[in-house]
This record gives sequence, structure tokens and C-alpha cells, in this order.
Amino acid sequence: MAEVEETLKRIQGQKGVQGIIIVNSEGIPVKTTLDNSSTVQYAGLIHQLVMKARSTVRDIDPQNDLTFLRIRSKKNEIMIAPDKDYFLIVIQNPSD
Amino acid sequence: MPPKKPKSAGKKKPKGQKAPSPPPIELPDHPEEIFPVVLTSVTQELFACIADEDVTSESPYKLLKKADIIEDMKTRAAVSDFSPAKQKVLDYPEDEILLVFDRDFVYGTCFYLVVTLEAKELLITPPQPEEEPVEIEREVSKTPELKEWISLGSEVEIENESVRETREKLGFMLRVQRKARAPVCFSDRNAADDKHGNLGCPSYEDSRFSIKWIQRDCGIQAAPTVQSSSAQTQWKCRKNMCTQYKPREFSEEEKDNILQSERMKEFCNSVILRMLVALQQEEIMNVFHDDWKALGTALGSVIAVAFTEKKEQRSKESTSPDVRPSHIVFFCFSNPYEPQLLLECPDDIYSFQFCPSDPNIIVGGCRNGQVVLWDISGHVTHLQRAQSSGKKVSANTDTFELDDNKESKTPVVRLCAVSAVESSHKAPITDVQWLPPTFEVTRMGIPVENKYKTSVQVVTCSPDCSIMFWDVRLPKLLNQPASVRKQSPDQKAEMTPFSVPDTFKHLDRTWKPLCRVLLPNIKTSGEYAPLKFNFQNYTCNENTDRIPEEADEDDESSEIPRDFSQLRLPSDKNLTTLEDVNTKLYIGTEDGEIVYIDWKLEKDESGRLHSTKPLNCFSVHSWLVNTLPRSPFFKDVILTTGGWKFAIWQEGVMDGPIIVSPSSERACTVGCWSLTRPAVFFIGKDDGSIEVWNLLEKASEPIQVHAHVTTAKITSITPWIASPKQHFLAVTDELGVIHVFEIPKKLCIPSKNESVNLKIYFELEKTRLEDYLRREALWETEQKEAKELTNQM
Repeated sequence: MAEVEETLKRIQGQKGVQGIIIVNSEGIPVKTTLDNSSTVQYAGLIHQLVMKARSTVRDIDPQNDLTFLRIRSKKNEIMIAPDKDYFLIVIQNPSD
Repeated sequence: MPPKKPKSAGKKKPKGQKAPSPPPIELPDHPEEIFPVVLTSVTQELFACIADEDVTSESPYKLLKKADIIEDMKTRAAVSDFSPAKQKVLDYPEDEILLVFDRDFVYGTCFYLVVTLEAKELLITPPQPEEEPVEIEREVSKTPELKEWISLGSEVEIENESVRETREKLGFMLRVQRKARAPVCFSDRNAADDKHGNLGCPSYEDSRFSIKWIQRDCGIQAAPTVQSSSAQTQWKCRKNMCTQYKPREFSEEEKDNILQSERMKEFCNSVILRMLVALQQEEIMNVFHDDWKALGTALGSVIAVAFTEKKEQRSKESTSPDVRPSHIVFFCFSNPYEPQLLLECPDDIYSFQFCPSDPNIIVGGCRNGQVVLWDISGHVTHLQRAQSSGKKVSANTDTFELDDNKESKTPVVRLCAVSAVESSHKAPITDVQWLPPTFEVTRMGIPVENKYKTSVQVVTCSPDCSIMFWDVRLPKLLNQPASVRKQSPDQKAEMTPFSVPDTFKHLDRTWKPLCRVLLPNIKTSGEYAPLKFNFQNYTCNENTDRIPEEADEDDESSEIPRDFSQLRLPSDKNLTTLEDVNTKLYIGTEDGEIVYIDWKLEKDESGRLHSTKPLNCFSVHSWLVNTLPRSPFFKDVILTTGGWKFAIWQEGVMDGPIIVSPSSERACTVGCWSLTRPAVFFIGKDDGSIEVWNLLEKASEPIQVHAHVTTAKITSITPWIASPKQHFLAVTDELGVIHVFEIPKKLCIPSKNESVNLKIYFELEKTRLEDYLRREALWETEQKEAKELTNQM
């Protein structure tokens, strides 16, 4: 529990971080700093995207695996770090 | 005795003995070779042919030895079963007789003897058909025996085909009747000479051997491998289906469990580094930042460039009288490759300026000496759109009707007004400037106040040795008829797409200068040929409590100061003279002189107006003077560039330039002051390099030299401040390329007390100059004295 808290605190301390979500491998949010509806929405959508991205990388080269996924949009940036069992999703507002 | 019995009995009886009763000769009811026999069990045992034991229906044959039968017949005499067949047995040629077990009683008894050889053979052979193939094989492997050849008629064919001599060969001896030992002449004869010389056998098509070409019409149809067909069904059971779902969530305990698991700890540890790196990357730099776009939006402005022909071409063009239209081109930073606006002018423009009070009005000086005015107010929105959109500009469809490719053409603005040719300059106008909105000038050159605070007057100079003042308003005498005057401003303001704005229609082709200032030479007769001039900008101190003068009737339209056609030149008496305007000009001439002259015209003895003599003239530069920018910080400091030097002058110091630079290797073509630092200025060279000078740091050489910024001569430098952080320098070169540089912060931010220090520096220089001049004068007098002394001697 303490590890998770520490991680969240470190990430939250960075500039521009809007929200953090930890999702399990099925897409069910485990820990979040956003409100419930946004969390559920992010978790469901991003989970599918990560699955797709991972399968893409592995199809091209089975020895390869997805390590990081960054989605840059007009308003913010979504960063996803996948692991074996969980993903970490961070939404940041980059300073221009 | 049964009839059969006697037979067998007959057999048993010996031959010599006569049977007691000769058996009646019965017709044998069996074939001759078969002799049925009845064998008692004793006999059967004797001969080992017990019925159904030794001999069965499968193997009914038994070969009996003839000798045994004869012995049996001898021993048992009449009792022997074989006695009836005695004769047959004795007659039997071979040693063994075949006894056949006849189960079916075919011949009446269960046994019979085969008494002839042929029958035996026959009986033996059929039941043994399986032995035959074996025998055949055996025959094949044997070497074939030589047999007689049987003729089948083939020799007849051979005989027919063979060629044989039918008769003996005949021999002939021939002798040619000719003289013996006569000379023989051998010659060649071409076979082609004689028709019969050679006989050719060309090949020909023998119809007998033609191959019949049989054609058959048969149809083939290509069937598609893919076939689509559809069927329609009836939606019998109408039922709408929908699904409702809810996201899966973990309960609190589950969440806690997961969060505390080991796996979660590992995950956090492994993932945190990546995430932090990514987050920090964002902070450090925005990789998606488009610098060029940002530059464009920051500048937010448009750059206008006047393009002229290169010198070489100019000489060519001077011979042909036709005038090529050239343009002033507006570029916007968002689209640097396409001009946004083109201002059309009849000839090359050497100098132009935007009106300070109304940036939509532009005045330009042409190569042929005419002054040109444009009004781009109609296209301002277009320009603004170009700035903001940053995309390819599509021309307003209203603006061009005849052009086919509307979208790709840049709008061309035709000139509003052009000065009268006779009254224009006779040489190219090299410099044109608006008078500031703070004052205006009368016919005499006397500065008076500017009622409407708009720039209405233009000063031009040209190497035809004159400086002209122009006013965009009509003089009072040329009043237009009342009807025209009373035209509503709305009508005037509206522009039909094609026509030129009417702003200056009143001036078109009839525009005359307000006053003309000639530049007589100080020392000699003749005049100076000015290239550039510079006058002091006058910021007037408004007297707001002044009672407004009684307005002319023509000044009704004062609400619309832009309506120049309605403005009239005020009569001189109405306006107050502004005393404190500095009416003196610095002029750079073709010969490299700097002339200081007052533009006020004077009345000489005959009452004619003429210009005053210049107050001062210095020949500092060896060549044409290019630029005369005034320092934005010190109103009386001017930088002049020309030839191989540049010089700094202070107004009021009549003795000469306070600072003269050392001669440089390359000619200085442009000079301009920095807008933010008093001591910094930029010099452009003719080899395409830019020098940055800082008077407080180094006075004898530039602090920075940006060599070869372009490959051609630099023709103009203009600084611009877009935002407090961004200072730009626009540089144009002879090749027609505009470069925009960002001035580094070091050169933008002035050092502490820079202006104060600079002022001190200038003072120092001034005193040095005075000192120098004094000493020079002193030295001269000494020289003269020395000469006189020597002369006297």
C-alpha cells in the first residue's frame, strides 16, 4: 500500500499532472485520483487501445513488447506504462 | 451269379481254365477302356485301396502293379477279384494299371480299372491342370529350339522393293571426231546464261501432304469464381434488442487486496521510472512546438518589400522606352513563399513609406521621378486573414472577376494617384518620407501646425538636386464643383471591385509639389545631388486649451479625416507657425557629402523664392551615401553610411562628424540603429555580411561580424520589435531574398546607464573633434608662417 502511495505522490508532484489511474489487466481501475465516471471511461477506452498497441508491436516482432504509450492531444497528453498485470495511466497538461 | 460277377469271376479264373459256365457275352455297358471291378475288403486290404480310406472321392486313382495283380490272380485263382479282368491285365502294356475308385457307381461298381494307355493318360492329365503352367515356364526358360522358318509372304515384299539389275551393264566407248593435237580451248560457262543450263528443283507444296486443318466451333463461357447473390427475408418476429451494461468495478476490499499485493509493489517500482522520465520530458521541452509558426504569430505583421531591377538589367531597359510594371510585395510570415499583396507601380520603386497616421496609405517614389500613392484599406482584411489563417490565401471572390485562378492569385492593388510627370523629379526618387502628423509645412517651407493630426505631406528627394514637399490635399484654388463636393462619403468609401479606391483621385496625374527646395552647392556653383535625407521628427506639445480656429467651409468633413479629397490646403494665415520645429535637413549626396541645409525658402531681393545656402557640407564618405538613420534615443545623433566608412554626427556640431569609423575592406551599404540599445547599430556590407557595432564596447571595430549572411550585397536592414522577448532584424539583399533574424537577448537589452554613458562618450568625441580642429588650424597657421619665412628668405 505504501509503495503505491509513494508512487502516486511522486507522480503527482510533477508539473501539469491532471490525473493518475492504475488499471488491472482486464481494464478494471484499481486506484485513481480522478472521479469515478472519468476513471471508468479512461480505463475502458485505454485498455482496449493498449491491447491493440501491444498486439501490433508483438505481431511485427514477437520478441518485442510494448513499453510505453504516449498520446498527445490538443489539450493534454496521456501516458500509459503497461506492465504484466497492470497499467499506469497518467494525464498531463504540458506547459507550452 | 449276378451278371457282373461272372465278369469278375471270369477275370479270376486263369486263362487256360475254362469257366464252368462261360459267362454270357454281355454287351459291356461301359466304355472299352474302363473295366469295372468289385473289390472285396480282403483285396482292398491287400492292395491298400480300402474304400474311403486309401482312396477317396478326392483322390480316386491308385496305380496298381500289374505283377501284383497277376500274382494275386495266381494265388487266389478264381477267388481273386481281378480274375474277370485277367486278360485285360495281361494285355496291359505297362507295369502299372490305374484303379479308380468310383464312389458314384458310374459304371456299376465301386472300382474300375483303366485298361488302355490313352484313357489312363486322359484320366491322369485332366485332373492335373495345375501342373501345366509350371510346365510352360519351364519351356520358356529353355533355349529356343531351332525351328523351320515358315514363310508368311514377307519375302515377296522384299523382292518387290529391292533393286536388281535386270540385265547386264552395257558399255560404250565414244570417240570425238576431231583432229589430233588440235588446241583445246576450255572455257567457263555460267549456268545461269543458258535457260537450260541448270534445272532447279524448288520446293513446292504438295497437296497430297497437306494437313487438314479441322476447326470446330465450340462455345466457352467464363464463369465467375465469385458470385454474389442476396436473399431477402421477412422480418417476421419484430423485436428490438438492446444491451445495457455497467462497468466492472472492484469492491473496496478487493482493491485493498490488490494494492497490497506483492505484484503491485513490483509494478510500481518498475513503472515509476519510465513515467517520471516521460513527465519530465514534457516539462523540459515541447517537441511539437512549431517555431516557424510561432514566429509568424509573434510577428503578426506583414513585411513589405519593394523589388527593383538589378543594375545590369537597368541599363538594358533604359534604351527601350516601355516601362515595365513592378510591384511592392507584401509577405506574411505565416506564408513566406507567397506574396499576400502586390502594389502595382508604373516603374521600379526605390523608396516607399507607410503613412504614420494611417497605415493603409503608402507613398512610393519611382525610378522615373514620380510619386505614387496607394490605398490598401480594401485589402487590409485580406492581409489580416492571411496572417491569422496561415494557410494558402484564397482571394476574395468579390475582388477578382476576370481571373480564372482566383485562389492562387495574390491581390494586386493599383495605385491611387501618381504625380504629374512634368512636375515630378527628373531623376529617380531615392528617398521619400512622410512628415509626421505633428506639423505640416506651408509653401514657404514654414512649419505650421497640423490641424487634423494626420500626415498629409510627403518629402521626396532625388539626384536631380531637389527636394520636394508634396501635399496630398488639393490647393484651395482647384476647388471642385459643389455637386462633386457634396457627394456622400458613403458612396466614396464604397469601392467597386475593379476600380481603384478614390481616396486620392483628386490628385491623380495632376499632383504638384507644394514647394521645391534646391540644393545649391556651398562652395562652388552647382548643386548637390541628394540621395537620402533626414529631418528631425517633431513631437509637438499640444496646447489643448487653444481655441480652435474658425473652420473653412470646406472643413465640414472633418469628422472623416481620411477623406483627403475634401481636405483643402489651409491658407497660410490661418495656421500658427510652429517655431520650435527643426527645419534643417541632413542630406547625403551622390558624391559622399553630408549637407546640412534649412528647407525654409527665402525671399531674395527680387521677390523670388529660393532656397538658402546650405549651412554646412562635409565630405566624409568617398562614395554614395546610402543611409542616414537617426538614432531613436538621441534626437540629434545621426549615423551616415557610405563608401567605406560610416560616420556619426551630432546636430549642432558644425565642424564635422564626431565619430568616423576606420575604413573597412568592404563598402558599407546600409546602416541602422538598434531600437532598444542606444549604442548598438548594424552595418550591412556589400559582401553580404552584417556587422554589429557597440560604441561603448569597442569603437574601432565591430563586436560581432556575421559574415556572409547572404551572398549578395545587403540592400536594407530594418529592425522590428514583435514582443518584449522577440526582436527581429529583417535584411534584404540584392538577390531579392528577405532574411529575418532574431536578435539575441544580449543585443536587445541595454546595459545599465547605456544612454548616459553614450552621451558622455559623444561629448568626449565632440571635444576631441574640436580639439583636433583647433590643433589643425594652429598647425596650418604654423605652416603658413613657416612658408612665409622661407619665402622671405
